[in-house]
This record gives sequence, C-alpha cells and structure tokens, in this order.
Amino acid sequence: MIFRGKVWKFGDNIDTDAIIPARYLNTSDPAELAKHCMEDADPAFMSKMKPGDIIIGGENFGCGSSREHAPIAIKAAGISCVGAKSFARIFYRNSFNMGLPIFESRLLVDAISQGDEIEIDSVKGAITVCGSGEVFAISPIPPFMEKLIADGGLMKHLARK
Amino acid sequence: MGYTITEKILLAHTDLKDIAPGQLINARVDIALGNDITAPIAIREFRAAGGKKVFNREKIALVLDHFTPNKDISSAQQCKAVREFAVEQGIVHFYEGGQVGVEHALLPEKGIVLPGDLVIGADSHTCTYGALGAFATGVGSTDLAAAMLEGELWFKVPASIKFIIFGKLQKWVSGKDLILHIIGRIGVDGALYQAMEFTGETISSLPMADRLSMANMAIEAGAKNGIFPPDEITAEYVKPRAKRPCKFYSSDPDAVYAEVMEIDASKLEPQVAFPHLPSNVRGISDVGQVRIDQSLIGSCTNGRIEDLRVAAQILKSRKAAPHVRLIVVPATPLIYRQALEEGLLDIFMEAQAIISPPSCGACLGGHLGILAEGERAVATTNRNFVGRMGHPQSEVYLASPAVAAASAVLGRLASPDEL
Repeated sequence: MIFRGKVWKFGDNIDTDAIIPARYLNTSDPAELAKHCMEDADPAFMSKMKPGDIIIGGENFGCGSSREHAPIAIKAAGISCVGAKSFARIFYRNSFNMGLPIFESRLLVDAISQGDEIEIDSVKGAITVCGSGEVFAISPIPPFMEKLIADGGLMKHLARK
Repeated sequence: MGYTITEKILLAHTDLKDIAPGQLINARVDIALGNDITAPIAIREFRAAGGKKVFNREKIALVLDHFTPNKDISSAQQCKAVREFAVEQGIVHFYEGGQVGVEHALLPEKGIVLPGDLVIGADSHTCTYGALGAFATGVGSTDLAAAMLEGELWFKVPASIKFIIFGKLQKWVSGKDLILHIIGRIGVDGALYQAMEFTGETISSLPMADRLSMANMAIEAGAKNGIFPPDEITAEYVKPRAKRPCKFYSSDPDAVYAEVMEIDASKLEPQVAFPHLPSNVRGISDVGQVRIDQSLIGSCTNGRIEDLRVAAQILKSRKAAPHVRLIVVPATPLIYRQALEEGLLDIFMEAQAIISPPSCGACLGGHLGILAEGERAVATTNRNFVGRMGHPQSEVYLASPAVAAASAVLGRLASPDEL
C-alpha cells in the first residue's frame, strides 16, 4: 500500500490519555471517539488535520492504557498511518489488530518537520520525503502479519480461518 | 542455556520444545480479563467474527469497575452490554454491583489468577498478577476477543531485565517507592517490550501487597510483564484462595538476561513522581512546597487493606487540611469490610475523608474525584499523564499511601516524618 500525506509531528511519550482522554470512553463509537482524537496533546488537532494526513511521534508512542479506542480514534479521524521512533507495545499490537498501519524509523522522525509531505510504500519498505526526495528504509512486515493485515485485522483473519 | 521464569511459563503454554526471546508463539491462555470500557469492543469483535460460544466460561473474567457505579447513561449502556453477554455465555467470573472490586485487586484476592498462569487482560495493568509468579500482560480489546474465541493468542517472547534489589527498606518506604525509583532510573520506555524480573534480598521479604504494587507499574516502564519468582510469601497468599492447582516456576541459574541491574534500597526515601510522567521521580526531601487540592488513596496500585492500614496509622486523630479533598477508595468489597471491622473507616471519617465505593473512576479521570483547571492531586495511583484525573491543566503527583496521607494532613506534598 502507498500512503501520501502531510505530517503532524508530536514529541516523545505521547500517551493514550492524550490520544483519547478517558473522559470520552463511555462510548466505543469510532465517529464519536474521532471527534476527540489527540485532544490533550493538541486541542485544535481535529480542526486542522485532513483525511490522509500522517501522525509522526517520537519515542514510546501510545504508552499507557491498553485502550483500543486510541488506534480506533486515529483511524476514524482519517489518519492514514502513524510513524514513530518507537511504539509502546500494547498500542503496537492494537494498531495491527485494528488494521491501522504503523511504522518505526528513528532516522526519518529526526529528518522531517511539521507540515512536510511524505510518501510511504509499505510493500517496498521505503519512505520518501516529498520535498527533499530523501528516502528512508523501514523494516518489512513479517509474512504472518501481512496475512493478518490482508485479511482486514485479527478478527477477520480468525473468521477466515 | 537456561530459561527465565517468563520464558518457562510461556513455553509451558505451548506445544513447543524450546523458546527464545524475540520468537513469535501461539500460547494457551488460562484467564482472559475485560472491563466495562474494554469488553464492549471485545464483545462486538467476538460477534463480528461469528463467535457463538466462548472457549471456556470458567476462564474469562468480566469486571465492571471503571465507570461504575454507572456514571452516566452511556456508561450504563456499556455495562448492560457486558452483563447481557456474561449472562448469555454463563461467564463464571462476572462481577458487578456490590460484588465488584478494582479488577487487579479482585482477581488475586479471589484466587482467580494463580502462580504459573498465563493471563491476558484488556487493561494495561493486567501485569499486576506477575506478583504471584504468573505471566500476565495487558492487551487490547481485539486480542481479548480472539482469546475469548480461541483460548489462545500470539505473543512475542520478551527478553528479561533482572533487578537485584538489596538492603533493608527505611520506615515509610514501600514497594510503591521502589517501583517509582526504578521507573525514575530507567524511564517510561526503559523496559519496552521486555520482562522485568524482581529478585534479591529486599524482594524475598517483601509482602505480597508491595509486590502487587510493583508488578502493577511494570507497564509504566513500558514492560510487557513484571514478575516475582514465587516463594513462601506467595504460597501463604495463594493457599487459602486457590481453588485449582497452580505451579511455581523459577528462573534457571544460567538463564540469559538482556540486562542485570542492582539496586541498593537501604538509602531510598519515599518517592514522588511529578507531572506528567511516572518517570519524573524525586525523593520526598526534594519536592519543595507543592500545595495540593486532593489526596486520593486507592486504585489497583495501592487500594489494598495494607495500604489503608498505613494511611490510617498516619491519619489517626488527625484531619485533612481544610482545602484538601481526601478520597479513600477501598479496592474491593472485602477490603471495604475489613477496613470497617478494623475501625479504619472511623479513622478516615474522623479525618474528614470521603469514602468511595470500589471503583477505578477517579484514577483515570472518569468520575468520583475529577480535578478542575489548575488543581493538583497527590494520588497513590499509577499514571500522571496530562489530563489523567481531569482537566488538561490539572496535575497528578504519584506517591505511596503514607505520603498521600501525610500530604492530605499538611495540605502539601509531605513526608509522614513531618507530622
């Protein structure tokens, strides 16, 4: 898959309370959750972002609670994928299980700025910074995970089995 | 080459002959847990995948503890959906109403999770059960759905970091202070994807309540699980509670660790994590003048009877400062009753505390103790992220029950020694 979008850059340790505050967890409706996506990290985020845009975090993105509402809110907000230097492990798992594409690259995160446009080729394992033409390699997704994503996430994968 | 306790428990739940860190495995699950926030999504996913019957109705725990007693109509709807599923599926370990407690206090107390178990929970603090010598880790709702359906789940075998802790703890220093100190040293991603194994002479005499507090916060260092090799203290805790056999695993002498860290606990003073990360830790003598508006004593980290006893010892014949809202949350109905019978609730009421029903509400900014803009709370909970307990411009300081109680009396962050 190829994603191209504008970068919204955040810092290290963006926690799930910042991605979707617990005060909104009395529902699991994706559209409702999306309204508050990233609210405690940037209250104006949802009024600025456009569908297809890309979130870039620093180290340990998605730390804290196991709430799947976090990747759900990001996906429902229209964010095409999330990149970071590293991810907290439950968020990492949840994103694959929900079918939200994520990738890790320390070099890329350091090299790009807020507002840059980037293109991600998940098959080739390459990210291009559109302005500079600079290309960064990302690790390929292992075959069993590819199948899980191709089936549309963990539960659809199981249903198919 | 030997195995760590984490590797041994994982291996025992597969049909594999050997196992190594980094390996992806499918493993059988002994207990799968969900709550009123995470289970509704899991149930939706379970049904969407064509699920009709859970793999084993005795191996699933559903605990309605977060936004309960129901804080609003939406929360009530979420609880109703879980209740209907629990009744339909005949879930044995379903808790609500007057039987509900904070899940990570409730499940060990009732002997539902045991040493040697592989436990997954759609709640990040599921790692608490590592205190019993179980492999326990938090997952998302979809993973819970898969586990409810199949009774197994995929895992990446974590490498382990071994913490060797030695020295006698000073007065007022608890497991909570130890784990805050460790997180302060290694950072909120210091154990990312890894297991934290706690050993050493300090640990071998550490009471179970303190071990549960420590394992609870392993996730705050990014860990997959925290684990204490089971011993006599474990056996004593488990014996009156277990209703099925359990197994004590221990690490081999030649087990391989990613890192070994030695910690001298003898000089440690009570610790406080400042906003807005659990790793932003200072000793109590370095906190300066921090006026507080609320003191919360409770949660899956520190809402056990031992925690309430320490708080009562400090609050006896004293009162919370007039500007402080002191909230005490016994974590389970049993703890509530014990506190009543031991006269602790009298002490708290004399201190002008609010005694809350068992609930996770205040800790995650759900209800029963929300902070306004600019307010500060000292809390015995586990997270102090932006907006965690209320307004995005409020602040949370994490500490032990002893520090939270002393701070309530003095109206500022304080050591019990200042009283």
